[in-house]
Amino acid sequence: MKRLFPIFGVLTLILLSFALYEALIGAPTEQTMGEVQRIFYYHVPSAWTAFLLFLINFGASVVYLIRRNPKADAVAAVTAEVGVIFCSVVLVTGPIWARPVWGIWWTWDMRLTLTLVLWLIYVSYLMLRRFSTSSQTPLIAAVLSVFGALDVPLVYFSIWYFRTQHPSPVIGRGGSLDPRMWHVLLINWAAFLCFAFLVCWSRYRLERLQREVEETQALEALLEQRGVR
Amino acid sequence: MTYLYAAYAATWLIHIAYLGWMAMRYRRLQREIPQLRKDR
Amino acid sequence: MTSLPAITQATLAKDLRLEWRSKDAINSMLFFALLVVVIFSFSFNPTAEESRQIAGGLVWVAFLFAAVVALNQTWARELRNQVLDAYRVSPAPANALFLAKAIGNFLFVSVLEALMTPLFIVFYTLRALGPAWQLIPVAMLGTWALVVNGTFFAAMSIRTRSREIMLPLLLFPISIPALLAMVEGTSAILTGEAAAKFWIVLLAVYDLVFTTVSLLLFETILHAE
Repeated sequence: MKRLFPIFGVLTLILLSFALYEALIGAPTEQTMGEVQRIFYYHVPSAWTAFLLFLINFGASVVYLIRRNPKADAVAAVTAEVGVIFCSVVLVTGPIWARPVWGIWWTWDMRLTLTLVLWLIYVSYLMLRRFSTSSQTPLIAAVLSVFGALDVPLVYFSIWYFRTQHPSPVIGRGGSLDPRMWHVLLINWAAFLCFAFLVCWSRYRLERLQREVEETQALEALLEQRGVR
Repeated sequence: MTYLYAAYAATWLIHIAYLGWMAMRYRRLQREIPQLRKDR
Repeated sequence: MTSLPAITQATLAKDLRLEWRSKDAINSMLFFALLVVVIFSFSFNPTAEESRQIAGGLVWVAFLFAAVVALNQTWARELRNQVLDAYRVSPAPANALFLAKAIGNFLFVSVLEALMTPLFIVFYTLRALGPAWQLIPVAMLGTWALVVNGTFFAAMSIRTRSREIMLPLLLFPISIPALLAMVEGTSAILTGEAAAKFWIVLLAVYDLVFTTVSLLLFETILHAE
């Protein structure tokens, strides 16, 4: 299993490089926005990846609530963190794209606003995990994840209606997409998915190692207290 | 045009920063493990 | 007596009685909200027309902060006297405790809103151009939305460092749809430019969803400390 990692790493690097080439040079230039539109090939896949990671977090949290499996909790912790990273990318590339196109840094665009709210929810999730002194942190975090997941459709509808009342620019394609652009978009998404998988895998190994070390330290402290050492 | 490069650079900056942070934590853990082995 | 309504009522009555005697929560909330109103009125000097546009946001920010003051002390008394441990081993349904706390908070914040509203009307020369009666469901549903999640998250924050900061940190992101609905609904009614119906329905759905999930998961949280 561990030997697969470097092989997969190299493959991902190749895929990412190819995707970058396609995004910068291979893809046709957009008519109205020009070259800046190419940010699209990084902005959108990052958003989709982040949403997928948060979906996995929700699944892992539910599994933990039902079975109290520590591995499920580790998966939840990892996907939350990596998801926040990808969300941050979306929140940074969005305004950088909006500024030259629309002249404003921020817009209540559906995808951008949803990403912001998810970012806020999951940062609060990560802070709960960090600041909790309870021995049952995984359980409390899992409950928060469920709350967050239930919130998402409500966030969606509230933003949707807000946009009908206060029209706001849409970041991204106004209408349908040129098939060549779809092609490049999907390649970039595939590349980022592989990259996200690698990052999660590394983070998971780090998390497991961290927990093992902490458990051993706790055990040592306990034994010392009992006078065995 | 610079906006395009800024966006791509920012993306990779964020990812590399995160990978670096992970590497730092990994190194710190590796330093603690021989300590534990010694205590045992 | 182990039935849900009986215990809820008893716990609620106890909390209200204690609060009435000390008036801790209501005094601090009231003063805090008053400070917020005054400071806001220094920052903005709006005309009657403008004030109708921004009042929705201002009012709910003030109420939100005051609600957090109330929510933070929700479980303080229970923690001080090890009541939660006693509750865990008793046969009483955990939801009774949760409902009593949530309803108590709802009453406190509602009283606060009732007292603050005339002040806001005075400071900002407010007059609703739309159907003013709709402000009542917006206020009630909105307050319940904040209070039900706030009481639940206050219980989750008990075993955390910086407990008082953790509560708003957890509450605000999850409350965004409700806050948006409250602010937009209030603005719609005050300016009379749009219908608040969608926002009222959204608040009702929000309340339903989160009251249900809070009741389902409170026992889990109670035993998790």
